[in-house]
Amino acid sequence: MANIIEVKNLTKKFGSAEGEFTAVKDVTFSVEEGGIFAFLGPNGAGKSTTIKMLTTLLHPTSGTILINGHDPQKDSDAVRHSFGIVFQDPSLDDDLTALENLELHGMLYGVPREMLTKRIEELLGLVELSGRRNDFVRDFSGGMKRRLEIARGLLHHPKIIFLDEPTLGLDPQTRNHLWSYVQKLNADEGITVFFTTHYMEEADKVAKKVAIIDHGSIIAEGSSAELKQRTNTASLEDAFLALTGSEIREEAGNATDAFRAMHRVWRGGRR
Amino acid sequence: MKAVYIMWLREVKRFVRSKSRIVGALGQPVLFLIALGYGLGPVFAKAGQGNYLEFIAPGIIGMTIIFTAIFNGMQIIWDRQFGFLKETMVAPVSRTSIMFGRTLGGATVATLQGVLVLIIAIVAGFRPSWLGILPAIVAMLFIAFLFSALGIAVASKLRDMQGFQLIMNFLVMPLFFLSGALFPLNDVPAALLWIARFDPLSYGVDALRAFLIGSATFPIALDAAVLVGVSAVFLWLGARFFSQIEA
Repeated sequence: MANIIEVKNLTKKFGSAEGEFTAVKDVTFSVEEGGIFAFLGPNGAGKSTTIKMLTTLLHPTSGTILINGHDPQKDSDAVRHSFGIVFQDPSLDDDLTALENLELHGMLYGVPREMLTKRIEELLGLVELSGRRNDFVRDFSGGMKRRLEIARGLLHHPKIIFLDEPTLGLDPQTRNHLWSYVQKLNADEGITVFFTTHYMEEADKVAKKVAIIDHGSIIAEGSSAELKQRTNTASLEDAFLALTGSEIREEAGNATDAFRAMHRVWRGGRR
Repeated sequence: MKAVYIMWLREVKRFVRSKSRIVGALGQPVLFLIALGYGLGPVFAKAGQGNYLEFIAPGIIGMTIIFTAIFNGMQIIWDRQFGFLKETMVAPVSRTSIMFGRTLGGATVATLQGVLVLIIAIVAGFRPSWLGILPAIVAMLFIAFLFSALGIAVASKLRDMQGFQLIMNFLVMPLFFLSGALFPLNDVPAALLWIARFDPLSYGVDALRAFLIGSATFPIALDAAVLVGVSAVFLWLGARFFSQIEA
């Protein structure tokens, strides 16, 4: 099948002449249409920067990107119509109801009225929020917000959905459900899924293809089985550690990173 | 077009729903009306200037509008912090139409708040020219639009609420106090009059006074020209800064 995401020699540098920092170095990869692609890497490896460039939020320093055949810089609207996204941090309007959040999205994306109503029904059913449509989002739990964001990201029938750590902070039940929706969508609508996660078992279970990025470069690419075989390890987590090393990366000072650090301490403690 | 409408609708819905915000925003103008209107009234009358309440009511309406409009623009900072801004940044519509919708929404909200203060002022004893009320509301919309656009322009350049105090003390307060909202510009020292001439709110309040109490410092055509001209500049600036935001 054709590649729906095509990235060639992608580079992003930040900063001025004195202190230049290369967040993404000469990255090349592709994602097949209808695939489920896991983009993995330690904190600060360049994942978020890459996603921002793919989703028109940042301009690359050099290299080319094609999303559904369009260049995010030259033809940003066509690219924006092609994907839906669930950001790492919530991006709903808490002071609107679930339905209003969805309607706002539909209007921004120019979804025709009748189609919008039908699609909202369908997606609220899928993420099991039909009964809560008229409730304010501020009263939703973290898991409900995530489900609503997934529904919103799919509203305009995108060809690709980007999920940036969609399961962060969710309980195992919700995580499980969430991945089953995603797999169902992939199977039923043929939507291409591009996701990042720090839960390696999720990537192992869901992804058809995995790429690992570290220090701004792709260091491994293939199916989970191939990566395990190559590193001679039993789990994707071990393969990941074998490839990226096991020392802790420096942390940025935001809440998500603090949460991750905490999570890591817990996980380490059990071993 | 749809994007402009939905962003406008969002602002209006959020405003109408937050009763505490509406009531909270009325506290200050009511206090000003009562404390200054009644408190300084006798002094003003003795100086041969007439009824002070009549005089400051349009000024207080102007104050309400500038505060509400600028704060509404500053909501971009909250939207950035709570993430909603990103939803609009990846939408397949121009940033200019998003910004324009937000500006219109902010202008609508600030005008509603201004009308509420007008009603309260009437209850407190303000007797405007009834024929002037409709044109005054149009003037309110223009003032509100101008400062909504300014609020968005400023907020697009701020990363968090840290700069809020700065904006309050070095932008909003001077714009209000130096505008002639509280005192007649006819007899002030030349230097102050010159400063007031550079404050767009002076022309806004002047237009409100022209319509509501039939007294003005500047010709109404000048008021209108300044409001429209400065609005256009702020709108352009706001659209520019807003489209430069990187998520």
